[in-house]
Formats: sequence, structure tokens, C-alpha cells
Amino acid sequence: MQTLDAAFSALADPTRRAILARLTQGEATVLDLAKPFDMTQPAISRHLKVLETAGLITRRIEGTKRPCSLAPSAISEIDRWLDMLRQALERNYDRLDTVLAEMKENEEGTKT
Amino acid sequence: MSKLILKTEGDTHVVVTRRFAASPEAVYRAHTEPAIVQKWMTGPDGWSMPVCVNETRPGGKIRFEWSDGKGGGFYLTGEYIALEPHSRIVHVERMHLPDPTPDNHIETRFEKDGEGTLMTVRMTLPDAATRSAMLATGMEHGMEASYARMEEMLAA
Repeated sequence: MQTLDAAFSALADPTRRAILARLTQGEATVLDLAKPFDMTQPAISRHLKVLETAGLITRRIEGTKRPCSLAPSAISEIDRWLDMLRQALERNYDRLDTVLAEMKENEEGTKT
Repeated sequence: MSKLILKTEGDTHVVVTRRFAASPEAVYRAHTEPAIVQKWMTGPDGWSMPVCVNETRPGGKIRFEWSDGKGGGFYLTGEYIALEPHSRIVHVERMHLPDPTPDNHIETRFEKDGEGTLMTVRMTLPDAATRSAMLATGMEHGMEASYARMEEMLAA
């Protein structure tokens, strides 16, 4: 449960969610990540440390670089996100169902 | 019953299908008349769409603005390419978060399906990386909504 809590609080930060979104496109170094986010390397490194502790990313050593990639648990988190996107769309369309039913009623009301 | 199907197709497409218990004409109107769009395309719970510009002609402008009522929000702009009442809409759109996302080219079809309508939304993104980023952005908004709900739960 501890890991799950750590993952949840790690995901509560928008920059860390953006870093994970970037990592869905493939492995990246601190330098790769610092550029688009307009942040210093130490600031990015702090976020990466949180993500690594939460088990959402893994880092390997390649010379002086430590490229990061998504951990399998992050991938299942991302599946949960996809479910949430589906749910957000579904909420819109559930409301549309209600609106369509009202439109039908109004139409029938004007006919009679 | 979950009626919505969301799937990726090839490297650059996302396809969403859903059925509605109404005629294609009604579903088409619900997608094109601003007063109706504002009633349902409101996103996460508690959000609204205070601005809905929808010029339904080829070249016509689209601008949807969403607000959480607490000063937070984002908007979408786009242009219509083709409209065939009541069966097909083709448009491009981009989200402003606030930087614009790459253009998403969207074809929406409404087909008669028994007493109802089958809607197919086919999105085409410029490349695979953009598609992942778009899905991630959508997820991000989904996450926002769930964190907002979590906050409410914690405050209660």
C-alpha cells in the first residue's frame, strides 16, 4: 500500500504528470526533459527522484548519463488514465443522452 | 452499461464510437447548435462551457471555452472543413493549455442505427508522438477531475 500512496502523491504534481506523458514517447535524459519544461536540471532531477521512489520510472546508467523510462507500474497507471479519459467522454455523452431525450419531448409537445 | 468505445487505429488515429437513442438529425443538431452544445460538452463534473462559438459552415470558426468556476480553465479553437446535415462533420481543432497542441483532424459521422444513431468520431493526429501526447493530455484532465473529487471527499 505504501508504494500505491507514493505513486498517488507523485502523480498529484502537474510537472511530474507531464514528465510521465513525455516518457510514454520513449526513454529520455534529464537534459531532454529540462528543455521542453523550461526548468533547471536540478529541479527536474528532484521530480525524477520522487517518480523513481514511487516506482513510476526506472533509470539505467549509460556512461555519465542516467536515462529514465516508464516503469511497468506507471504503464498500468496510464491505463487507468485512459479509463478516466473514457469516463470523462462518457460523462459528456451521458449528458447528451439527457439533452436528446428533452429535445424529443419538446418536439412531441409541440406536435400535440 | 458502457456504450462508448475508444480505440487507437494505426499510428495516428483515435476512433470513438457511441450509440444514441435519437435520430441522426437530433444528434447532429446537438453537435452544431451552440445552446445545445453548452448543455452537455462540459467536461469534468462541476465544469461549464461559458463561451461557445460555432460557425457551422466550411471555413467557419470554432471556439469553446471551459471554466471550473474558480478561475481555472482552458479553451479549444478550430475551423470547419465540411458539413453534411445530418450525417457528417469534418473539422480541425487544437487545445490551448495555453500553448496550442498540434492540429487534430476530426471526422464525425452520424448513421441511422435502428431507432437510434451510431456516431463514429475518427481523429487523425500528425504523428504517433502527438497522439500519445494528446491521450496523455486527456488523461491529465481526467486526473484533474479525479483529484478534484478526491479533494471534495477529503474536505467532507
